Amino acid sequence: MVQSDLLHDYRVHREPYYHPQGDEIELFLAAYNRRLPVMVKGPTGCGKSRFVEYMAWKLGKPLLTVACNEDMTAADLVGRWLLDADGTRWQDGMLTLAARHGGICYLDEIVEARQDSAVVIHPLTDHRRQLPLDKKGELVHAHPDFQLVISYNPGYQSVMKDLKQSTKQRFTAFRFDYPSADVEAEILVRETGIDPDLAPRLIELAQSARRLKGHGLDEGISTRLLVYAASLMADGVTAARACRMALVDPLTDDDDIRATLEHAIDALFP
Amino acid sequence: MPCSPDSPRTPSERPDIESRTEDWRQRLDCAFDPVQSIFADCLTAAREQLGWAALAAYIDTARLLCKLGRGAEPVLAFLEGWPTVCQRLGPGSLDTVLSWVRNIQRTPNGDVLGAFFQALPATAASLGSRELLATYLDLLMEVAQQSSTSIHRRHAILPSRALPELIRIAPQLLKQVNLQGLREWARQGLRQHAKNPERQADYFAMRSADSRALFQSQRQGTLLRAHERQLDFYLRALWDDPVALISYSEAFDELRRPQPYADANGLHLPDLRVDRDGVSGLDQYRLTLAHLAAHRRFTQSLAADNVSPFQRVSIECLEDARIDTLVLQRFPGLRKPLLALHPRPEEEACNPARESCIRHRMTMLSRAILDPGHGYRDPVTRKFADLFHECLARDLSDTASMAELAKEYLVASRRPSDAFAHVYFIDTEVPYRDDNRHLWHFNDLDDESEQDMAAAPPANAPVSLVHHYPEWDYVSQSYLTDWVSLYEHLHPRGRAEDIEQLLHKHAGLVKRLEHILAQLTPQDRERLRRQEDGSELDLDWAVRSWLDQRCRRDPDTRINQSFRQVRRDLAVSLLLDLSASLGDPVQGSRSAQSVLSLAQEAVALLAWAIDRLGDPFAIAGFHSNTRHEARYWHIKGFSEAWREEPRARLAALEAAYSTRMGVALRHAGHYLSGQKKEKRLLLILTDGQPADIDVSDPDYLIADARQAVLELERDGILCHCISLDPHADNYVQKIFGKRFSIIDRVERLPERLPEIFLTLTA
Ligand SMILES: Nc1ncnc2c1ncn2[C@@H]1O[C@H](COP(=O)(O)OP(=O)(O)OP(=O)(O)O)[C@@H](O)[C@H]1O
Ligand SMILES: [Mg+2]
Repeated sequence: MVQSDLLHDYRVHREPYYHPQGDEIELFLAAYNRRLPVMVKGPTGCGKSRFVEYMAWKLGKPLLTVACNEDMTAADLVGRWLLDADGTRWQDGMLTLAARHGGICYLDEIVEARQDSAVVIHPLTDHRRQLPLDKKGELVHAHPDFQLVISYNPGYQSVMKDLKQSTKQRFTAFRFDYPSADVEAEILVRETGIDPDLAPRLIELAQSARRLKGHGLDEGISTRLLVYAASLMADGVTAARACRMALVDPLTDDDDIRATLEHAIDALFP
Repeated sequence: MPCSPDSPRTPSERPDIESRTEDWRQRLDCAFDPVQSIFADCLTAAREQLGWAALAAYIDTARLLCKLGRGAEPVLAFLEGWPTVCQRLGPGSLDTVLSWVRNIQRTPNGDVLGAFFQALPATAASLGSRELLATYLDLLMEVAQQSSTSIHRRHAILPSRALPELIRIAPQLLKQVNLQGLREWARQGLRQHAKNPERQADYFAMRSADSRALFQSQRQGTLLRAHERQLDFYLRALWDDPVALISYSEAFDELRRPQPYADANGLHLPDLRVDRDGVSGLDQYRLTLAHLAAHRRFTQSLAADNVSPFQRVSIECLEDARIDTLVLQRFPGLRKPLLALHPRPEEEACNPARESCIRHRMTMLSRAILDPGHGYRDPVTRKFADLFHECLARDLSDTASMAELAKEYLVASRRPSDAFAHVYFIDTEVPYRDDNRHLWHFNDLDDESEQDMAAAPPANAPVSLVHHYPEWDYVSQSYLTDWVSLYEHLHPRGRAEDIEQLLHKHAGLVKRLEHILAQLTPQDRERLRRQEDGSELDLDWAVRSWLDQRCRRDPDTRINQSFRQVRRDLAVSLLLDLSASLGDPVQGSRSAQSVLSLAQEAVALLAWAIDRLGDPFAIAGFHSNTRHEARYWHIKGFSEAWREEPRARLAALEAAYSTRMGVALRHAGHYLSGQKKEKRLLLILTDGQPADIDVSDPDYLIADARQAVLELERDGILCHCISLDPHADNYVQKIFGKRFSIIDRVERLPERLPEIFLTLTA
């Protein structure tokens, strides 16, 4: 098919490793079945992006990811005119690309985008599933395979950056948290090949730090950071060094918290 | 927690608040003006914290102080500070203090009472218990006696110069040494400078080099106080059990060294830990907390009835060993410090023919359980160490199973000499363990004591409208702890429409401001042209490039434009001087308008402008009537919208009293620092230099305000002063450095204030 060629680069070819936290896989399939827009929420590094990637693979659809940031404009999503040797040429933005050819468009950290950029997704999220390209004078009707997924970390943003109600209320939501201790340990072992006896200790350390959230820490230790630490350890870096480098130093500069976590490292990894 | 046993709020005891205030005032019977003026506020605050009985004792004591002939200071300081002290040390501490007051009154040192009560809250916070307070008061008495000048070595005639210095500096010093250290240091000073009051005063004020050196030498070991925050983190993070830490001193218990313990108030730990056996003081604290936290999680209390003393000892020993084992399972890294601290009694050290070896035996068993390399040969010890581990392996890990095992052990190891009066103690104390009082309950008592461990108290203190702030004394280059009492109130309301009308009055100005605002509003976007990559095509440049291309010239590819949002990430706090001089009419102007009403207009305009921009902002007014009575009037909070309520408050401004600037800056900064913004700006509008009627040295409050500005800068808050005093340059610069604007023609304030703000934040 022509379409699949166009989005070939965006296909997920190998099965990503994803360990479900609950029944989210079935529920996502159900949402996709009805092409409902999906929002995945949760603290940083808890597996949101991995989940979406896995679902794209499972559904066999291309995944077009846009990491949103403050400088991103509506044109980055929708598209713009470019210049080339024969004059001007229209280039589709990621959102248009996905809508036109039938992919899953994943807007990562949507709140980071400015609100006026964020509203361009609105017409795609209601029953019409259309995307007007004002500058080009075209109305794109979304491909039947198209689905919109956004991620959103409710934790650290200021009031300034919260999503508009009118945006929020266009999505079904999956609320993620860090996986339970057993699941998280298994993820570490599968992802990094760390010694299965050591993984639970890393998680104990992470949970210690997570209890300090709101008491001097803005965020606890994420699964992502645990994966970093575990992979260093799997490669032979000592636990103390790996933890300091991957779990303590990135997290905080508060001396008392650092001392507490370093003590926890010493107590957990003799 | 209420600090007296009776409940502070039973309705029958607290009928009508207003009439009660007058009753209490009568009972106080104290005519000093400043006392009268703060009394109602103090009473409100005290009611929050004291039960009825404690409240009555509080008022009666204030009355007594009033009649002592030492002026208003002691009364004021007592009224302000006592509720906090009472809450920390318990109502019983009042007697301790009163008897000291009576004693000191009999010496020539009675004038020190003002300073004493001033420093008392901070001192009490450092001391932490009534017992230590008593010891501290003894020390003060000792210093008073040994440093007062006397005739014929009998009657002291001149007051001690050292005593007030000591009283003033003690709260600071007690943060660095424990009371024992302070006493040592004080005694050395008395000895070295006996009969030289001048030198003594220098020594106690820390002005002399020898005094500082001797003080340093007292600072050994790890102070609990210095690590409280970290240990709180430790409990919360590693044990998920944030419970209060309370310190006691080992130094003054001559008979018996107290052990750590847990009760309904929290975990009690020694105030100082000296490194030992290669384990730092801090790690010793952590180990004790680990042990106590594991008790709290894993120990079920037992009925103490019908348990013999020997059984008790051995049950506690095995339960402690179980707790330690559980701690080590979870945190294997603690094995090293734990075994370094746990004694390893010599197997043959105790002679069962002459002395009771029960403690010796139990400690060996505990060691054998925890340390696989114990090397003991005694078969009973070895057998029971094995039984212990079997027990745990079989999932019989609870307190009751330990009790069973302990009783068996006692039977198996019993010696006739166990009951000897002389007990062998050497190497039998495990320093990181607690006294296990939580392990036992008595069935024939009511349930309360049983709940001890479970019922951790909520750590939150009652809300009070009074805040205490330090002040900077530039002469001694140090802070006076809790020196100023600041009362915070909601400003009374006037008519919000008046503020509306002010805007109409300045319609022309409003128009002009609107113009400036339009350029600043956050929706506004900055256009970036000639971008390689942008959000849309820039037509002019595109056509030009296209032409170039047609003419076979290299086209410039920078034909896009993009827009950048100009985001304002700013919070503003506006602080208004409401001192009496603001009520004066504007000089040299024909209308009789007061400076204050001009300020109102200016603030109304400014608030309108900031509100337009959408920056969060707060407004408050301040003035003071001595350090005992600084007032902070809340006009608009950050979370309030600029509507009816705050406008009505602004409409009702009144001028009175003096200008104590530092404390107001600190308090406004306190709220501003809660705003998570990149830029935080504190604007202060004032008409004169800091002054108050209890301060004669004009430089003192200037220096304090300067210090406050520096503190705020350190916290990322910029202070900018808008002064209406044309001769302000000199002191304003001292306080605010370069950040000030002087408005020479006060009539122009309404237009200048918003302009200044806009230029500052453009
Ligand atoms: N359920 C899971 N199964 C497999 N791996 C996981 C899972 N959860 C987390 N991970 C691991 O954690 C890492 C971080 O996850 P991911 O990148 O999905 O986080 P995120 O929630 O998208 O974070 P952010 O909000 O910062 O983008 C992954 O790379 C993966 O290694
Ligand atoms: Mg992600």
